[in-house]
Amino acid sequence: MALDFAFWLLAIVSVAAALAVVLLRDVFRAALALVLCFIMVAGLYVTLSADFLAAVQILVYVGAISILLILGIMLTRDVQRGSLSNKLRFPALLVALLFIGTTIFAVFNTPWGVSAGAPVEPTTATLAGRLFGENGYILTVEIAAVLLLAAIIGAIVLVREK
Amino acid sequence: MSVGLEHYLVLSAVLFAIGLYGALSKRNTIAILLCIEIMLNAVNIALVAFSRYVAPEMLTGHVFAIFIMAVAAAEAAVGLAIIMAIYRRKGTVDPTDIDSMKR
Repeated sequence: MALDFAFWLLAIVSVAAALAVVLLRDVFRAALALVLCFIMVAGLYVTLSADFLAAVQILVYVGAISILLILGIMLTRDVQRGSLSNKLRFPALLVALLFIGTTIFAVFNTPWGVSAGAPVEPTTATLAGRLFGENGYILTVEIAAVLLLAAIIGAIVLVREK
Repeated sequence: MSVGLEHYLVLSAVLFAIGLYGALSKRNTIAILLCIEIMLNAVNIALVAFSRYVAPEMLTGHVFAIFIMAVAAAEAAVGLAIIMAIYRRKGTVDPTDIDSMKR
């Protein structure tokens, strides 16, 4: 039952951190709350016995993406008066609540074919087989590599001084 | 009741809805990017939970989650580059002021 306790702790802290991202007026503090949310999601991957994904989450999200976002906040800091809400606030709240309602309704009314099999542990070798092995996702891996290269070149072109 | 697939799916839906609310209602483009990252993480939780509970030996959900992370990294880089370019030209990051394609 340690796993149940870990799930509830991680779930509550991640939802609180996500709410802090949305509700805090200071964008920098919101970014720090986002880092906390990313770390909690990595913990949730551990409870789902996805050890490789937890490590990738820490490396890519906590290590790279959050630093990039904080850099962006610091470069645009002098104009913003914090992250206020626009006049779409109540329609947006309505859309979000409708989304939660329909999704929870669908989740509890669908017969999921839950398998009783034990999870693969550790996942790294099996995952490598799925990605690079026969009948795997090797073409998608190469497309993702081309996408990342295009994104890097595009970002450089966009911010280059004329 | 011990924790099962439904718990993870409901948590994923709640996180996605929080991100959706933020992405629709914020007046700062970088805050919108932060909320989009929350939404991508919520989708990843759902995919990994399906992988763990429905097909535990296949790991297909893990593969999808890895591709989502790659696309999220590309999206954050290009999104910040676009915000930087707009900020240099117009001096604002407020999406209600960035409306030159509406006129």
